[in-house]
Amino acid sequence: MRFFIARNRVPVLVTCICVLLFLIYVVGAPDTFLQPGIYAALMGTVAFSGILAIAATFIVTLGEIDLSFPSIMGLSAWVFAATYSSLGNFPLSFVLCLSVGLLLGLFNGVIIAKVGVPSIVLTIGTMFVWRGLIHVLVQGQSITLNQLDGTIWNSLLVGRFAGYVPAQFIWFVGIAIVLGLIYRRHRFGSHVLFVGDNAASARMVGIDTDMVKIQCFVLMGAMSAIAGLLSLAFNQSFFPTHGDSMLLPTLSAVFIGGTSVFGGKGTIWGTFMGVLIMGSLETGIVALGLTGFWYQFIAGLTIVTSVVIYALLLRKVG
Amino acid sequence: MTQALLELHDIRLSFGRLAVLKGVSFDVHPGEIVALVGDNGAGKSSLIKVVTGVHRPTSGEILFKGKPITLTSVRKSREMGIETVYQERALADQQELWRNVFVGREQTGLGGFLDIKRQKEETRRLLRDYMGFTSEVIGVDSEVKGLSGGEKQGVAIARALYFNAELIILDEPTTGLVLSEQRKVLKFIRNIRDKGKAAIFIDHNIFHVHDVADRFVILDKGEVAARFTKQEISRDALIDKMVELHEKGTIAR
Repeated sequence: MRFFIARNRVPVLVTCICVLLFLIYVVGAPDTFLQPGIYAALMGTVAFSGILAIAATFIVTLGEIDLSFPSIMGLSAWVFAATYSSLGNFPLSFVLCLSVGLLLGLFNGVIIAKVGVPSIVLTIGTMFVWRGLIHVLVQGQSITLNQLDGTIWNSLLVGRFAGYVPAQFIWFVGIAIVLGLIYRRHRFGSHVLFVGDNAASARMVGIDTDMVKIQCFVLMGAMSAIAGLLSLAFNQSFFPTHGDSMLLPTLSAVFIGGTSVFGGKGTIWGTFMGVLIMGSLETGIVALGLTGFWYQFIAGLTIVTSVVIYALLLRKVG
Repeated sequence: MTQALLELHDIRLSFGRLAVLKGVSFDVHPGEIVALVGDNGAGKSSLIKVVTGVHRPTSGEILFKGKPITLTSVRKSREMGIETVYQERALADQQELWRNVFVGREQTGLGGFLDIKRQKEETRRLLRDYMGFTSEVIGVDSEVKGLSGGEKQGVAIARALYFNAELIILDEPTTGLVLSEQRKVLKFIRNIRDKGKAAIFIDHNIFHVHDVADRFVILDKGEVAARFTKQEISRDALIDKMVELHEKGTIAR
């Protein structure tokens, strides 16, 4: 047990923070947090940035960053909304939506790995390009997706499982489990860790470091499309700003989860906890009787405190 | 004499008009450590890059176990049994030993998932048999950053031996290490010969070179300036020879 904690300080710590936070909610606002309904609502809303954060963990582990995923999310959701609202064909709309996510991810990956543009610089650019393209295409118009309501597809995406658990949360947990296994227990995840840790050494053992990077950005693109589709189905309408609000909560969840910005180190479990923390703060703060104005302040404090603790922990262990 | 493991015949390498290697020939036999010595810019690193598949020679022939070969990539030379141990690139610091030992050559089961149990067992065996580690302080789950500089290179050498490398190339393995660590590394290098494998050893420290190597190939401005076996030349004579070449070079420039 002691050995387990020593080897997993950061994930253990973030789990403690998460549990502590929910204890505070329950003690401070029992009226809200002893109702099962609140948990169903939370599960329903954390899923979108959760799916994004799981994929972003791979990118950050590489020592890279992606700021363009909210725009990829927006553009792929628009493609779905536009196709589905005019043709009503779900499989076709879904394939197009996913293809856009994959392609835009591929674009990021190829430019970063093969041309050598730093990811932070390139993805600031692509963030504006894809968002700008949405604005040009839709000219400020939103698209409503009432036809999706009541279909089997809708229940599969955002229905309630057993009348309680939101389907999108099950998708999130499923994706987290699969990608978590890949991160720690698959050849690909191992290569991601090595490329982020020491790219020269990874190359020496024959890892195609460019390909690993490209694959991670493609994964980010695919998960952006899926998160885009799920939140589109949840809201039943497309706005040109679709996905915009996801950037900071998603990346914050990854960093609260203890994934190192320097690369080579991280856990999917930590990110999962980070998602629960970031996703519950606003509701929790309001339930505790503070006004919504406190949200950013407390979210900021949580992020700063946790990353400072991790930095100190890592320095001590050396 | 036994069949040479690696033979280089008249290897030339140019970048544009700049000739880096001007017809280098030498060979390495199994169970032998050959030291490449020479000043900076003598062509040692370039020669190593030819042998490991980083650079294609402009002309010349490479024979491995008597057969002509073309080395096109690090991966290919590694598969053939030629492995390089670079000091700072040996291992990834934040990853566990079991991951480091098998990286790029993972033991996988269904769908590319790692056989972690097997990798850990084999790493434990490797640490015990090749390095004599039996303590609980450094285990298969330890991150590499807990190891000393000498131990890291020891693991990299052990890894190469474990995967049946026939020829291990060591690029300045003792540079920048404290004395006790240097001694460890030299021990690991002798281990290569004891296992009947061959090594090419590059180091600026002539004391180490003379101590460990069986033969010396002195490079100067892209050519072989001299070759000696250990019996033919004393350590002091080797140092004199190096100084002489160095001074000649300085005056000529």
